[in-house]
Amino acid sequence: MSINWYKYASPASFYFLAGKMIPFFSVAAVIFLVVGLYIGFFVAPTDFQQGEAYRIIFIHVPAAWMSMFLYLVMAFWAGIGLAFNTRLSSMVATAIAPTGAMFTFLALWTGAWWGKPMWGTWWVWDARLTSELILLFLYIGFMSLQAAIDDPRRADKAGAIIALVGVVNIPIIYFSVQWWNTLHQGASVSLTQSPKMATTMLAGMLIMSLAAWMYSIVMVLMRTRVIILERERHTAWVAELKGATR
Amino acid sequence: MLIWVIRRDLLLAMRRQADVLTTLFFFVIVVSLFPLGIGPEMNILRIMAPGVVWVAALLASMLSLGRMFSNDYLDGTLEQILLSPTSLSVLVLGKMFAHWLITGVPLVLMAPVLGIQYDLPSSALIVLALSLLIGTPILSLIGGIGAALTLGLRGGGVLVSLLVLPLYIPVLIFGAGAVEASTAGLGVDAHFSLLGAFLLVSLVLAPWATAASLRVSME
Amino acid sequence: MLQGNNLECVRGDRVLFSGINFSIKPGELMQVRGPNGSGKTSLLRMLCGLAVPNSGKVSWNGANIRSISEEYCGVITYLGHMSGIKDELTAIENLRIASALSGVEVDEKRACEALHQMGLIERENLFTKLLSQGQKRRVSLARLLLVRTQLWILDEPLTALDVSAIELMKNILERYLAQGGMVVLTTHQEIDVSAAVTHQLYLS
Repeated sequence: MSINWYKYASPASFYFLAGKMIPFFSVAAVIFLVVGLYIGFFVAPTDFQQGEAYRIIFIHVPAAWMSMFLYLVMAFWAGIGLAFNTRLSSMVATAIAPTGAMFTFLALWTGAWWGKPMWGTWWVWDARLTSELILLFLYIGFMSLQAAIDDPRRADKAGAIIALVGVVNIPIIYFSVQWWNTLHQGASVSLTQSPKMATTMLAGMLIMSLAAWMYSIVMVLMRTRVIILERERHTAWVAELKGATR
Repeated sequence: MLIWVIRRDLLLAMRRQADVLTTLFFFVIVVSLFPLGIGPEMNILRIMAPGVVWVAALLASMLSLGRMFSNDYLDGTLEQILLSPTSLSVLVLGKMFAHWLITGVPLVLMAPVLGIQYDLPSSALIVLALSLLIGTPILSLIGGIGAALTLGLRGGGVLVSLLVLPLYIPVLIFGAGAVEASTAGLGVDAHFSLLGAFLLVSLVLAPWATAASLRVSME
Repeated sequence: MLQGNNLECVRGDRVLFSGINFSIKPGELMQVRGPNGSGKTSLLRMLCGLAVPNSGKVSWNGANIRSISEEYCGVITYLGHMSGIKDELTAIENLRIASALSGVEVDEKRACEALHQMGLIERENLFTKLLSQGQKRRVSLARLLLVRTQLWILDEPLTALDVSAIELMKNILERYLAQGGMVVLTTHQEIDVSAAVTHQLYLS
């Protein structure tokens, strides 16, 4: 049963591979962040309706994209781990959750900051914000369940099931919230109804998204390395590693 | 086999009536607390009624989830259920159905009485009961997944709420929405069709996911 | 034929056992021995498919039990150290439901006979919360008389039983083995069951 790629998917080799990849992605993250923020704050023109406050979308929109995307990626790897019993994919799923939750929280936070000057209130029950809030609950559920289970094998599998159930539910929840929103406040303000975007605005947002991507990759790799060490602490290669650093 | 599982759970519930009544009284008390917190203004209460009754039903159904598997887990019956030659999903479906009969049906029957407290018109009372009739089985079905995943964990009762309540949201929206639509004089067909669709989807997926969760939790 | 190949069980950081090999043929008995915490229950749960071995496999007539799980469930009877007896049900209800779950529906009369054979006379219709530990154990053991399976996996079946019940159990096991049944058993009591072949498995 020795498939070639399986060897590269072993926690030990991934540990070293990830170690080599982290600096590369970190540099990329910093570069994209600096360029993106520069475009966002200095190059992009002031919006004639929303003034300077709109500039928060350079963080808000990439964070919202990332939060939804990371949930899918997390569920994907958790599902692979459940179906094929590959430990590494389950570890990656566990490592993704906190970053995903962080971006969800960031999207909510920046949404509130944007809302205050725009609509004079920190919170509106806008369909997007509400869905984002529910997404945060789903992340919290996944993380609390895994945290409550001591046996890592059970934690991986249980987490995978709840993540997959969440994925099936996300479209249903999103659709329900949309319906609920149109029903209750017909002419509500929406974060999506932004005026036509200038090209520089779009460029800034895309570059910020790339920065968020790179940042997520770095964080997930780092966290996966920690999880690998924790779970493999009794294996020979970790002992060797410990001996080498001493 | 399915019949045996349902019969057994109903028999046990009959012999432990206190458990069943606790859930029902919880539902009644929560719904009755809202006017005390908000004030007796009937116009406001009438608007809030569908949401309040539905949220209380969600909580009551969720609180009784612990009973679905944990007693069987503690005394070893669950091992026997897992080792039964009958498909586990089918047995799980039986347990979910029994759970609904024990906790969901009393809520459906009690809800119109509570609706009267909130001065809902009689047409809305019927819609309320019907929406709960279609909606509460979904709560038992989805709740089963959470109950199975948190089996034997410390703090399982609180944890199950974190897992299950976000998944209940669509049912809440369309269940309460149906009653609101009816008081506003709009049609309720769309709401009921969607609730029915949710019920079908969860009937297909939930027993299967719950069976998988039980296997994971019992390992 | 039941076979275990190179079974390993890890709990947390500790290896409970590894490299366990055995094979049991019809008419044979395997007694699993070892101190508390040596993994006897874990091994038995692996044999009936409730737990997955960390490495190695359990096979039934050559097929891995993971791949034939529903079929395999039909040929085994497992009695865990938790009895699966509900306090709120009568002895007869408990027995009938337990048998039904194992795929055999029995009527009241047969269930009653089985309880009598286990020495529970005039207790059939009592709620089991009124029975003693030993009597509850007899109720769960009565299922063995009703369900015809090829392999019994018994985890501490003799706990709480008195001398006469242990003697009764010994006879039941011997009769079953003589008819070509297979038994895997853990026990702290000394019980001298005669079988065609008796395997002893020590876990330390």
